Amino acid sequence: MATRAEHFDRRPRPSNPIDQIGRTVVYEGELMRHRAYTRFLHWSYGIFFFLALLSGFGIYLPWIFAWFTPLFGGGAMTRLLHPWFGLGFVFFFGLQVLNWTSLMNWKPSDSKWMGRIRDYVTHRETMESEDVGFFNAGQKLMFWEIVIGSAVYLITGVIMWFPATFGRALVSISYVLHDISALIMLAGIFVHIYLSTFGEPGTIQAMTRGTVSEAWAWTHHPGWYRQLTGRDPYQSVEDARERLQEEPPQTDPTKAL
Amino acid sequence: MSDRKVLQIQQISGHPGPIPGLGTQREPVVCKLIDTTTCIGCKACEVACVEWNDMPFQETTFDNTYQTMPDTTWNFWNLIKFNEHETEDGAVQWLMRKHQCMHCADPGCLRACPADGAIVQYTNGIVDFQQQYCIGCQFCVSGCPFNVPKFNNSTKKVYKCTLCSDRVGQGLEPACIKACPTGCLHFGTKEDMKALAETRVQQLQEHSGFKDAGVYDPETIGGTSVIYVLHDAKNPEMYGGLPAKPRIPPSFTVWKDIFKPLGLFASMMGLVGVVLHYVTQGPRRVQPQPPVKYEEGGIESKKGE
Ligand code: SF4
Ligand code: SF4
Repeated sequence: MATRAEHFDRRPRPSNPIDQIGRTVVYEGELMRHRAYTRFLHWSYGIFFFLALLSGFGIYLPWIFAWFTPLFGGGAMTRLLHPWFGLGFVFFFGLQVLNWTSLMNWKPSDSKWMGRIRDYVTHRETMESEDVGFFNAGQKLMFWEIVIGSAVYLITGVIMWFPATFGRALVSISYVLHDISALIMLAGIFVHIYLSTFGEPGTIQAMTRGTVSEAWAWTHHPGWYRQLTGRDPYQSVEDARERLQEEPPQTDPTKAL
Repeated sequence: MSDRKVLQIQQISGHPGPIPGLGTQREPVVCKLIDTTTCIGCKACEVACVEWNDMPFQETTFDNTYQTMPDTTWNFWNLIKFNEHETEDGAVQWLMRKHQCMHCADPGCLRACPADGAIVQYTNGIVDFQQQYCIGCQFCVSGCPFNVPKFNNSTKKVYKCTLCSDRVGQGLEPACIKACPTGCLHFGTKEDMKALAETRVQQLQEHSGFKDAGVYDPETIGGTSVIYVLHDAKNPEMYGGLPAKPRIPPSFTVWKDIFKPLGLFASMMGLVGVVLHYVTQGPRRVQPQPPVKYEEGGIESKKGE
């Protein structure tokens, strides 16, 4: 299983030598989801995002200026570091864009997914439909939102960084756009973090260890599961249900799947 | 104590809570009157400013005019701008204007500034930068309608004319006023200066043939603590680019006062939203969910232990 999963991970993207660095241990009943390089990028821009967010927030709102700026060594230091945090985010996220674009293509099935979003949010559908592959439409949307958001971020940020060069009108517009894109990204991040931790248990493992349980894969990404294992995701659920009935798991039921 | 009394704070940039001592005492608003019609371009005020504020003299570039510098800099706050203006009848007018911070009643720099205490406005109208609190973001630069605050790249702070708040706090007039040899500069309360300016304008209109003479005290920013008497108040632009209708970029006001709190509220709602989702809908577990039968048994067997 592990070999096929690794194989899949290499196939859709041009083989990248950096991608071969690092190790992902795939245990029995698990599937390889994100290689070490992808995980490294994700955490790198994640950290820079929060550094930029917290340092930016100090400057953004006078009410929290006094709480947030001391984290970075005072107001002037915060101001000095903030753009560099932003650049760090853009750099690592840019690499991830190169890494992921092919997986993020919007397909007709994604529009269908958006139409069914109510059912997913209210759990009326417990499993995703079969056309959901490696990423679902929600994840793609979030990805492209951040691509656009960080482009706005970068352009307006550079303008605000050198106000003398770009002039008053441009700077004062940038100031507003920069903050709007920050707020949209912030809202997206809340949802992202919630879903990957509390909202959909078993997800965060994809970014910590790089693997997910098979049950997670057929539940949330049936198309990917089928592509990877060659098995029918719905049949796999039935099989698992039978196994459960025969010999109830001794410990945490989700783990045994 | 004496300077505390005169320099009573009216507004503070980026300050969350109530302003300490706000409104406990009112001092008359001070004002500098610049009568451009009697300025001889001697630059005594420039020198006085540099000397009083202990700035080093610096090299400049010669641009074929009498102007000392192309523009004000972080350590050169007071510049006489020269402009040769040809009137309709072909006569040449030599227009001189003293350019420095206008000490606006509604200062764009202060509105834009995010750093607590970096810009203060005293009740006497003086707008003062407190460099120790400045974070060097230069928002004030884009907030000022007169392009006054200037950034020092090595200290990463912004500087501008203080209207000699240190002197005024001690009951003295600003250094430029003291140095002016022609009486073109006056200093006093805003009311007195306005009255003086009006008198002078009347004089210009009635006795010197300047029909359009007037006072420059732009209402768009609530008036300023530096006012001008101009030969032609209809065309302030020709005095080295004095804006006819100075404005704080509307984006600053609208964004800071309305969209910022709204935006923060919206993103907090996002946070509330995910918490509510967890509480009402719960997590989406992987399939199949374990049979209920087993769960009951498990709980029971645990109880039995
Ligand atoms: S002229 Fe500019 S720097 Fe001076 S008080 Fe007005 S807005 Fe501030
Ligand atoms: S640069 Fe200007 S706006 Fe920024 S903190 Fe300093 S005084 Fe305030």
